[in-house]
Amino acid sequence: MPWVSNWGRYPKIKAEISTPTFKNESISLIQSKNQIINRGLGRSYGDASLGKEILSTVKLNNIIEFNKQKGSIRCEAGVSLEKILNFIVPKGWFLPVTPGTKFITVGGAIASNIHGKNHHKEGCFSDHLIDFDIILEDGQLLHCSRTENADLFEASCGGLGLTGMIVTARFYLKPIETTFIRQTTLCTKGLEEVFYVFEKNQHANYSVAWIDCLQKGKKLGKGVMLLGEHALSDQLPSKIKKPFQLHTSPKVNLPILFFDQVLNPWSVKTYNHLYYKNKKKEKKERILHYNSYFYPLDNFKNWNKFYGKKGLLQYQFVLPIANSFQGLKLILKKIEKSGLDPYLAVLKLMGSQRELMAFPMKGYTLALDFPIKKGVFKLLEELDAMVHDLGGRIYLAKDARMSAHWLLKGYPLIYEFMNIVQKYNPSMGFRSHLGERLGIFKDYQEKMILNV
Amino acid sequence: MSKILILGATSDMSRATAEKFAQNNHDLILAARNVSRLTHFQNDLSLRFEIEVILAEFDAENKKSHPEFARKFKEVEVVLVFFGYLGSQHLAEKNWKETHRIIDVNYVGAVSIVGIFAQYFKERSQGIIIGISSIAGDRGKQSNYIYGSAKAGFSIYLQGLRNRMYPYNVHIATIKPGFTKTKMTEGSKFPSLLTAKSHTIAKAIYKAYRKKRNIVYTPTIWKLIMGIICSIPESAFKKLKM
Repeated sequence: MPWVSNWGRYPKIKAEISTPTFKNESISLIQSKNQIINRGLGRSYGDASLGKEILSTVKLNNIIEFNKQKGSIRCEAGVSLEKILNFIVPKGWFLPVTPGTKFITVGGAIASNIHGKNHHKEGCFSDHLIDFDIILEDGQLLHCSRTENADLFEASCGGLGLTGMIVTARFYLKPIETTFIRQTTLCTKGLEEVFYVFEKNQHANYSVAWIDCLQKGKKLGKGVMLLGEHALSDQLPSKIKKPFQLHTSPKVNLPILFFDQVLNPWSVKTYNHLYYKNKKKEKKERILHYNSYFYPLDNFKNWNKFYGKKGLLQYQFVLPIANSFQGLKLILKKIEKSGLDPYLAVLKLMGSQRELMAFPMKGYTLALDFPIKKGVFKLLEELDAMVHDLGGRIYLAKDARMSAHWLLKGYPLIYEFMNIVQKYNPSMGFRSHLGERLGIFKDYQEKMILNV
Repeated sequence: MSKILILGATSDMSRATAEKFAQNNHDLILAARNVSRLTHFQNDLSLRFEIEVILAEFDAENKKSHPEFARKFKEVEVVLVFFGYLGSQHLAEKNWKETHRIIDVNYVGAVSIVGIFAQYFKERSQGIIIGISSIAGDRGKQSNYIYGSAKAGFSIYLQGLRNRMYPYNVHIATIKPGFTKTKMTEGSKFPSLLTAKSHTIAKAIYKAYRKKRNIVYTPTIWKLIMGIICSIPESAFKKLKM
């Protein structure tokens, strides 16, 4: 059995991986296993798609139907966003919601209910999802939409793959006039200004802020805010001849892990300094390709390897709007005091989200990348307490280490969710390492026994 | 663009090859057992590459059905023979049914259908047949000589046919893939550096079609490896555990 890990390269688990090509193969595979978990391209950071038995969806990667009038697409769960972009972009369509990489699958987009830089305006992936077909633990195939098996539909959005295996899904696309983004760059001196700029620019379709975490004191939260709109055809400079241009393939591939020392506080400090300086010099408004705006890191095929052998932890949390400013200040100070510097920090204002297991809430989310080293786990445990005391929660698709203790606090509807899981999968046959770690199955059964 | 018939279209290698031909604007006929499994794949190719893709039921073992099948698709210009059955050497050593099936699919079935198309192509003085054989057919070894002997037979058959068809402008190509990571070889332990992916093989097949190559080892390194393996004297080879 091979060792498997996801994007953070932690944890590593010995697993049996099966890769069915056809729907019927998937059905008989699921029927033959006591427990299994679905996995796409392994771009979730932690252990959400890890388990002893893994069903890889990567060969279920066909685009099935495209409706030009409605602007909808139907495809198998293992289709990557990249493949969809290759297909739809030349026709004048774009993804309604996209994360910071195009190398994820549609199944993963649903199971993690991904959000993007437009969450405050256009919600999560689920808000554009029309329907899907899902295989349950006994091999039954169910069709789910907002009106048909609606409870399972909702639970599966952000359901971390625990509700079943999605085989095909249909969702709406977004029409575009060009493949370019009109970007506005705003450099901010401190946290206060970042918040001010976010709130002032809520009308912007896309917004995100890069924060320099290695700054201290008054400069804490110094950063660069990037706003974006899809450029209209008459807004393109004359040197761009073709309004529809596809992305290019990754340019750099890091084959092996010898980069332990490449990212260190000094190199990151230098990089941050240069990045900020560069952005400050840059024209405030400019037109750039969607690949540079949404997927800058996709140009490095294995950028996670920059973080060295031990891997990285991405810590993404959201705080309710009322506590966001004070809370973020406290948390950033706490990190500063620990001496453990996150190498990348991305801040974003989110809107509210309705699903049972939704991560977003009206407030600010911060994503931090920590290389794994001594003290990081302890620091993040302390941050867990702060985040949850402030009424926030952790994004489970990125999590690899949170203790079960905090689950109910962050996700108060977890039991309602588990009721639906058990209604359709009585033996809870879809089990992940994450589910076990967070005590989802154990605690749930204990609670049920108490209720009896 | 010429129309391509793919026999045994459900395998990883053949699907990768189908995509390669689709990318280059060829219309496709995908033939296999339980071919309805390929409906989504059919949709995918025809949507993305705006080509015509037809599904056709085909069973290599049912030789009686071959003439009628071939008549139906005799207008195709290229036939790709992908179907194959690896089977279990271990089981086949004791079980005639398994042995027979390995020979029947890989050799008899292949010869049956290729022979019919070769006749059609000869009459038209045009056409290309690409047979996917195997490096296992280059030298018999204990771990897979039943499959290997069937593939060896197929390779020699294609070679003779190539010789016979040369004056008629009909080209025959023999593809010999090395270790490949596919469904068929799932569970086999291959050295990772020598193991190719399906799309590498697909590229080589497309190139063999374009350049009318005769015998192609893919990845190319296998030409060298098999050259070395075939040069070992039999007196020494028989003592090896391979």
